[in-house]
Amino acid sequence: MKLTTLLASAAMVLGLASGAMAQDKTKIGFVYVGPVGDGGWTYEHDKGRQAVVAEFGDKVETTYVESVPEGPDAERVMTQMALNGADLIFATSFGYMDQTINVAKKFPNVKFEHATGYKTAPNVSVYSARFYEGRAVQGHIAGSMTKSNVVGYIGSYPIPEVIRGINSAYIHAKKVNPDVQFKIVWAYTWFDPAKEADAAKVLIEQGADVILQHTDSTAPQAAAKAAGNVITFGQASDMSEYAPSPRVSSIIDNWAPYYIARTKAVMDGTWETVNTWDGIAEGMVGIGEITDAVPAEVKAEALALKEAIASGEHHPFTGPLNKQDGSAWLAEGETADDGTLAGMNFYVEGIEGDIPQ
Amino acid sequence: MIVLEKRPQPSRNWSIATPLIAVLATMFFGGVLFAVLGKNPVEAIRTIFWDPLFGEFAFYYRPQLLVKGAPLVLIAIGLSLGFRAGIWNIGAEGQYIMGAIVGAGVGLAFYPMDSIIVFPLMILGGAVGGWAWAMIPALLKVRFGTNEILVSLMLVYVAEQMLASMSLGLLKNPQGFGFPGSRNLNEYASATSWINQDVGMHWGVVFAFIAVIFAYVLLNRHMLGFHIRLTGEAPRAARFAGVKPARLILFCLGTSGALAGLAGLFEVAGPAGQITIDFNVGYGFTAIIVAFLGRLHPLGILLAGGLMALTYIGGEIAQSQLGLPAAAIQVFQGMLLFFLLALDILTNYRIRLRKSEVA
Repeated sequence: MKLTTLLASAAMVLGLASGAMAQDKTKIGFVYVGPVGDGGWTYEHDKGRQAVVAEFGDKVETTYVESVPEGPDAERVMTQMALNGADLIFATSFGYMDQTINVAKKFPNVKFEHATGYKTAPNVSVYSARFYEGRAVQGHIAGSMTKSNVVGYIGSYPIPEVIRGINSAYIHAKKVNPDVQFKIVWAYTWFDPAKEADAAKVLIEQGADVILQHTDSTAPQAAAKAAGNVITFGQASDMSEYAPSPRVSSIIDNWAPYYIARTKAVMDGTWETVNTWDGIAEGMVGIGEITDAVPAEVKAEALALKEAIASGEHHPFTGPLNKQDGSAWLAEGETADDGTLAGMNFYVEGIEGDIPQ
Repeated sequence: MIVLEKRPQPSRNWSIATPLIAVLATMFFGGVLFAVLGKNPVEAIRTIFWDPLFGEFAFYYRPQLLVKGAPLVLIAIGLSLGFRAGIWNIGAEGQYIMGAIVGAGVGLAFYPMDSIIVFPLMILGGAVGGWAWAMIPALLKVRFGTNEILVSLMLVYVAEQMLASMSLGLLKNPQGFGFPGSRNLNEYASATSWINQDVGMHWGVVFAFIAVIFAYVLLNRHMLGFHIRLTGEAPRAARFAGVKPARLILFCLGTSGALAGLAGLFEVAGPAGQITIDFNVGYGFTAIIVAFLGRLHPLGILLAGGLMALTYIGGEIAQSQLGLPAAAIQVFQGMLLFFLLALDILTNYRIRLRKSEVA
């Protein structure tokens, strides 16, 4: 046999082999609520997707659709992904809950992962991060650094996840600064730079010199920078382009390890329904670098608090704590259980204003 | 030198041709846009316009066209009546929300009663909700001469706040673990607007077709339709013909509000299933494009609604298959309206090439 024919047939075999392998690719779809360039929530989910690609290379094929409204459109997008052969679909916003369950019923062989929801099924897992642990650290810094004693908070939607964050931040701010006061504005959006900027400006005009946000864009950071003398925290992503000030620290959502683990599980056939709620200890919630704009002792305390939460020594919701109406909630030393936290719909004592009802 | 010469009458041929040319121009320049983004333009255009209709998974997408197109057509038909008479209802989005809230509220009030009467009452509620919301700008205009464009638009934002309030309060699912949003009406058999989910049929689709027929008959066979057209085309003549402007304003805004409200009701009782804070996704605004793309003609609107639905669904496929950014799809849809309005000039003007004369 001539060498050339040998090489040619070898190439053919290789070609066939890689062709066969291409069909074995694990297909993963991601549904995003905002644009991948939001610099916050969706940006971090997309970083998780990229980490999956980096980890598995040719063995996976990922697709995503961005800015999908939380409603019937999400159902269509997920159906379309499933029809196109997706093995695993990540639905990365709370409002995709019922749609995810509907589509999952129609495609029992496709695995679904729904972020921040609570409805599971044989092929639907839910996952979320204990952002409130990071909020505790933010609250500590906010309470220590505010001079006007007014902390502004941009809420997205009054759902338990957001209310948990407000409570956690308030409890820890109050601990270091009994005079602290929270002003809360509801933006009713996850991502709308114009609305978020307006909310930040309103809060600053009302005397807030610390802005916390539970919305996804960097617009509040820009508004704080323009105002000067106001500090902020990166939300969902590091937002380090606004460091060292106004952005003095951040909560970073790190989805990559979870996404890689779940992809691996689908590849190995070991995927099963789980309800994941990880925090600082597992690395799903990260605290972005605390900049020099924060006094050294406050920084040290904040880092110590972070360590205490990671080690389980400190639970952000530890009694004695009362609800806003003054009724007792947690006794001295008692910590909140996950069930109460998951459905939290009340403020703790001391926060002014009402949760929109 | 190119000179525009006003036509004595708008050209009938151009009025039919410009939407088609606008679509072709959008395809062409959209293709250029996609090429600049590094995608194969032919493939992208094919994915958007061809795949939903004849692609591998067309069996799924075709019914979806009905689901996406029905509210657009229903709202646009209502808007077109007013637009023809020079009455500008820009707030259909708000009327759509209010129709959904009232309609869903009626349904949820009966929960869990099982009765054939529930859904008809919900339809009535949806229509009344939208109608009442549109009556605000209508009455203000009739009584105080306010600008209906501004008032109806501003009321959209009021309606959005109402929606948030309802999702968090009055209509919140008591078994929803404290999460905002109403009960899912799809799980309440007496209140669902689905007829057959697999083929995309819900009562909203039926009503959209009925609305097209009614609008056609109204405009071509009925005195009121004649008055509407006359008021838009020749206001002075309309006054001589005895048209009462106040009555016309109330009728046009009321009808468009009721139809938008119906669209909201059918959406909430069908595809959306529940009242949530993000229930509205802009059908009320997109319907304005649909109305103009359809030349304010009932049949044109039917086609335009289908086309818009196609670009939405095809756009999503292009996003997930080809990795086109969502913003590029929005630019693409924006181009459609842009070219349509730009080419409109050909309907009313004639282009003449003339040698420049020395003054």
